[in-house]
Amino acid sequence: MTIALTHLQRLEAESIHIFREVAAAFSKPVMLYSVGKDSSVLMHLAMKAFYPAKPPFPFLHVDTTWKFREMIAFRDQMAQKLGFDLLVHVNEDGVRDNINPFDHGSNTHTHVMKTVALRQALDKYGFDAAFGGARRDEEKSRAKERIFSFRNAQHVWDPKNQRPEMWKIFNTRIASGESIRVFPLSNWTELDIWQYILQENIPIVPLYFAKERPVVERDGMLILKDDDRMKLRPGETVENRLVRFRTLGCYPLTGAIESDADTLEAIVGEMLTARTSERQGRLIDRDEAGSMEKKKREGYF
Amino acid sequence: MRHIMAKSLAPTDSVRDYLAAQEKKSLLRFLTCGSVDDGKSTLIGRLLSDTKQIFEDQLAALERDSRKHGTTGDDIDFALLVDGLEAEREQGITIDVAYRFFATPKRKFIVADTPGHEQYTRNMATGASTADLAIVLIDARQGVLRQTRRHSIIASLLGIRHIVLAVNKIDLVDFDQAVFDRIVEDYGQFSRDLGFHTIVPIPMSARYGDNVSGRSDNMQWYSGPTLIEHLETVSVEEAAVELPFRFPVQYVNRPNLDFRGFAGTIASGAIAQGDEVVVAKSGKSSHVKRIVAYGGDLKQAVAGQAITLVLDDEVEVSRGNMLVSPAARPQVADQFAANIVWFDEHALLPGRSYILRTETDQTSATVTDLKYRINVNDFAHEAAKSLEMNEVGICNISTRAPIAFDPFAENRTTGAFILIDRISNATVGAGMIVHSLRRAENIHWQSLDVGKRVRADIKNQRPAVFWFTGLSGSGKSTIANLFEKKLFATGRHTYILDGDNVRHGLNRDLGFTDADRVENIRRVAEVAKLMADAGLIVIVSFISPFSAERRMARELMADGEFIEVFVDTPFGECARRDPKGLYARALNGEIKNFTGVDSPYEAPEKPEIHLKTLGRSAEEMVDALEHWLNERDIAEDQYDSGGGI
Repeated sequence: MTIALTHLQRLEAESIHIFREVAAAFSKPVMLYSVGKDSSVLMHLAMKAFYPAKPPFPFLHVDTTWKFREMIAFRDQMAQKLGFDLLVHVNEDGVRDNINPFDHGSNTHTHVMKTVALRQALDKYGFDAAFGGARRDEEKSRAKERIFSFRNAQHVWDPKNQRPEMWKIFNTRIASGESIRVFPLSNWTELDIWQYILQENIPIVPLYFAKERPVVERDGMLILKDDDRMKLRPGETVENRLVRFRTLGCYPLTGAIESDADTLEAIVGEMLTARTSERQGRLIDRDEAGSMEKKKREGYF
Repeated sequence: MRHIMAKSLAPTDSVRDYLAAQEKKSLLRFLTCGSVDDGKSTLIGRLLSDTKQIFEDQLAALERDSRKHGTTGDDIDFALLVDGLEAEREQGITIDVAYRFFATPKRKFIVADTPGHEQYTRNMATGASTADLAIVLIDARQGVLRQTRRHSIIASLLGIRHIVLAVNKIDLVDFDQAVFDRIVEDYGQFSRDLGFHTIVPIPMSARYGDNVSGRSDNMQWYSGPTLIEHLETVSVEEAAVELPFRFPVQYVNRPNLDFRGFAGTIASGAIAQGDEVVVAKSGKSSHVKRIVAYGGDLKQAVAGQAITLVLDDEVEVSRGNMLVSPAARPQVADQFAANIVWFDEHALLPGRSYILRTETDQTSATVTDLKYRINVNDFAHEAAKSLEMNEVGICNISTRAPIAFDPFAENRTTGAFILIDRISNATVGAGMIVHSLRRAENIHWQSLDVGKRVRADIKNQRPAVFWFTGLSGSGKSTIANLFEKKLFATGRHTYILDGDNVRHGLNRDLGFTDADRVENIRRVAEVAKLMADAGLIVIVSFISPFSAERRMARELMADGEFIEVFVDTPFGECARRDPKGLYARALNGEIKNFTGVDSPYEAPEKPEIHLKTLGRSAEEMVDALEHWLNERDIAEDQYDSGGGI
């Protein structure tokens, strides 16, 4: 019998294997669901891994309260359609202190509403393993991270002292209070993700497709004015432009790109000619050199 | 190949065509290894740059970083592209493996850039474990170094069969062919017995790009392929699909009473609906009823696919077992020989209990015999009592329960395992099984008619192992003695195993190194177990400084039978009492490896009985011990009479 697996088949099998390993070895796993395209792929793979059963763990969305409205609508729609158990966590302390990206900057906002919120949620439910959609091709500190990435009881990643990870034999042992972050998409590239979305016809948030949207040019980025909380600065105007997003986060921190790509094929075509990496649209990576590593050490995904 | 797609695409069709072409490409996973400063990260930066994988914003960041941390003057320092951790950029070294992705029109690649420092060998092994080819870099000025050899041996042990010998920095030796030839000759000599199928030497300059993707004008004498040409065409296909069927069961999927599926990834071979399979550990046979997949059942599946199998009959299979081909079965044994690469700063000690983990199975294991250590310079087999960090050796391993496996040389997936420290949970070693040991197959347990229970009953008691641990001079022997007298007086059958006494006989061949201390405890624990089996109440009085060994002893005994007694006397008090004059000599440096002085004592965290001796009489403490024993026996009698009918 000579059946060679395709590249995507191999990636898919690896991810499914990782999902099952966690389900078998941990007592309380959770999937971090960020509503973006990688999360959509992750969710699809989780459905496949446990078919005909449902994934034996809940999905957790850490809501910073600044996500695009379309993301929230899509999230709720998917939860209903696929019937998974959706948990939503908001850092209420941050809400009380009115922490927001406009007044406090991306660093503080992300730390309080995302990193701290995530730690709160993990502690609250006592999850011992958390799936995330990070890929090694995204950023150079992610390129260094294990598939099963150990966190101490304070959720801290120690990049200088990672466990060796041999073959597909994962060390799933932890002491109480410690946890593992698990990245089933570690070996996928951005192209693989899109190709898989196309092949499997996976639903994604419409913000990825080009459409006329009201945007403001600010700090060299095109920011979608998603609600009235965004105040215009002197000289700024709202323009309707044909834009889409390569990556999705908090709307004030996520730059749109001008594009007419309104189909998956067109998106892939555009990506193939792209001259900048996808994280360029993320303001948080530019705060300082090595900023992703620093955030990750503190517990960011 | 973003450059190929430049300009705008006539959308749909050309994208579909392009993607279809992508799908047909094969994937090569390789690593770069070799000694520090041989230019591994620079080479990867060069590969990414030459294959147009670096985006404009990344290039801008790289130029900024090069000015800040770079080591290449005004040129771009490509190493900064892969050294992704802050500590790495600051120190200019690679600490951990980085995975990078690139593609050419012919192939896709995942490359693991691994560190050269000996200290980080475990991270090199991590990168090598999933690779099919290794680029071994050599600095043309330095030639074959110790780390070149160590990495080559580890690559070989981990099953890599294809080597590119990248003789780098050839520009710094004036592109001299004689230098190249000498290094190739050296490496060929050294690696003769490493079992590599191909070794392709290429002279190159990663910094300037000579013979990386483009042919060099500086070396007319070299007519072989460029690195990229070779990587694009080398054949590494290990036909896992041709091997016998192996399906390690990872997860039993049982959403309701009507469905019971065995989920896992096919390690080798192929399976079709209706095929017969055998459960490796029990030998029970069944047939594949369905191959379940999302979107519809499959007729067949092959190595590498993650599937769910439903069998015809209700055979007993759980995680850690294997479904296999009936015609060619794996070995099932609890003793085998294996190559071990050691990662941890605490040395591997024969006799110490570790957790052994295969892809899906887990049991506890001890190294029963460290046969030899391999000298990475000359492959000499050296006698050793322990394996230090980054050392490689061959060991006999004994597991608590049998595991199913194939020799690693035949199957990289079913022949590998890792070892995990029981307390820190660190991954301390990686193992590649060589073969099972005959004695495991041939020596079966004798089943005896007179059992432990009747032996104990006739003595009118329940077996127990009181394990006294504490510093020398803490009072263990005194309390043990008194305790035995008291038990004896009430008609119990007892025996004391005393550290000093046993060292005069059974353990007279052992010294006081960590390795010997572990073996000392192992033997005593086994003797105590036999005595408990004979129905006795055993009192073990041993310093037993390491919690790992006390745990090993505990796990040998039946539940509730092991009673850890911590004789807790502070160090100062023990040294003051110094009944044998040993502390005085140890503190003078006359005795080496003395517990509490220059050898550690790991106090028990949760002993069954904690005896704080300061200010208490031995009689008082013996009363506490006896009381504890009586309570246990009453509790067990009640349990027995309640549940035994």
